[in-house]
Amino acid sequence: MNELVEKIGHCVERGKINKASPFPGNMKGQDGADELTRQALEAGMDAEAILQSCIAGMVRIGEKFGRNEVFVPEMLMAAKAMKAVTEHLKPFFQSGSVQAKGTLIIGTVAGDLHDIGKNLVSMFIEGNGWNVVDLGVDVKPEKFTDAIRKNPRCVVGLSALLTTTIASMSKTVREIKALFPEIKIIVGGAPLTMEIATGMGASGYARDPQGAVTWLTDIKETA
Amino acid sequence: MKSLLAALKKGAVLVSDGAWGTQLHTRGLKSGECPELWNITHRTDVYGVAKGYIDAGADMIETNSFGGSPSKLGHYGLQDRAAELNAAAAAISREAAGDDHFVLGSMGPTGVILLTGEVTEATLREGFRIQAKALEKGGVDALCIETMAAVDEACLAVRAARESAGCEIICTFTFEKTAAGEYRTMMGVSPAEMARAVKEAGADIIGTNCGNGLEGMIDVVREIRKTDQSTPVLVHANAGKPVLRNGVTVFPETPEMMASKVGDLIEAGADIIGGCCGTGPEHIRALADTIRKR
Repeated sequence: MNELVEKIGHCVERGKINKASPFPGNMKGQDGADELTRQALEAGMDAEAILQSCIAGMVRIGEKFGRNEVFVPEMLMAAKAMKAVTEHLKPFFQSGSVQAKGTLIIGTVAGDLHDIGKNLVSMFIEGNGWNVVDLGVDVKPEKFTDAIRKNPRCVVGLSALLTTTIASMSKTVREIKALFPEIKIIVGGAPLTMEIATGMGASGYARDPQGAVTWLTDIKETA
Repeated sequence: MKSLLAALKKGAVLVSDGAWGTQLHTRGLKSGECPELWNITHRTDVYGVAKGYIDAGADMIETNSFGGSPSKLGHYGLQDRAAELNAAAAAISREAAGDDHFVLGSMGPTGVILLTGEVTEATLREGFRIQAKALEKGGVDALCIETMAAVDEACLAVRAARESAGCEIICTFTFEKTAAGEYRTMMGVSPAEMARAVKEAGADIIGTNCGNGLEGMIDVVREIRKTDQSTPVLVHANAGKPVLRNGVTVFPETPEMMASKVGDLIEAGADIIGGCCGTGPEHIRALADTIRKR
């Protein structure tokens, strides 16, 4: 792989957004994802290659998170660096030379107002090349089903932090499945386990953002 | 206003209260309803929770103001009522506690992350000030800044509380066990880092709350004590990690199970012990009986 393209992926992994960003400490003053992507595109490098390098960087940091080697701040910064890259790649997405992998409709279920985990998953999946429709927090089942009607080929992601909203998540799964039995639903959040997820009829469960990306990749390949 | 520090100097381990959210839900609070609004609309129920813990033998109770920051109340369009709702929370617990028991004004995280730049320090500081001032006005003896995960937000809250209220300040973090068996908050903060940072910011009492059960809290307190041997430590422990049984969320640790491990928690260095999610008056009664028989 081209050195510059590889470097952009490294910036994403380390959460180095741009030159001005003080994070991470040992990359202070260096060009970040923003500057390097601009340089790469100006030098005529392939947008798809840049995207793939960044996705690999996201996978590396996502796996470290899964092993508890890094925590939420590192993930947030990586997602922000990824965003800086995709801003530059937008024209290529719009022209169709880079294709979205699919659409994920995501939201925190009714009765739950927590969004840190949902946002993190959302940014990671978006960074992995998916189109994400984020419905926000306290999302009623009808809002999910309305969104599915507009995106019939989507996958749905449900988030909950509170133990008291597991029931609300379960209800949301039932209502979606009643109208759209074919739609795949992945659930996640601190109080959940694979057992709880299976029990409520969800198609998948992930304990961290990278797990969600892996699951989405798997179902896309088997679809 | 009473001093917890002075009470702790007498040497006894003090008993705090249990969960509020869990108790309010059993009294009919629905998911998606603002718990703090109940301080006005369901005063009797909130008083009932507070009184339940006093009757169970707690030396202190918290207030129904965990989500009382303007930032959290903003989800319900109630940000402008922060002062009113926090003062009401304090007044209810004060009434239940009388003059002989302590009231700790609960202040939870704002739910926003400073690091991302989505909110300014000034905005959060102002919110914490409003909350601290109102809780003190409503009659608390101390402020309990809890369930924190980020050092920057916690220290901002401690300093804001210090600037705007004269009472003692407690600050507790929520840790989880990593794959390597260490304890870290979701933001990656270790018990030792927490202890140093919030102490320096001006907390009088430090500690840990929520988590996955009493056993993990013993490890966390040991970690804190490696760094800090003198600052009093408060523990509010969950009744284990919740499981789903027949569609209902259940916390697995019974009052007896929690009480059986409390000796080790005291040995580790805890000075104030109570419950968090999934605990009720029976847990507190069992903890109080065991602690006082020691």
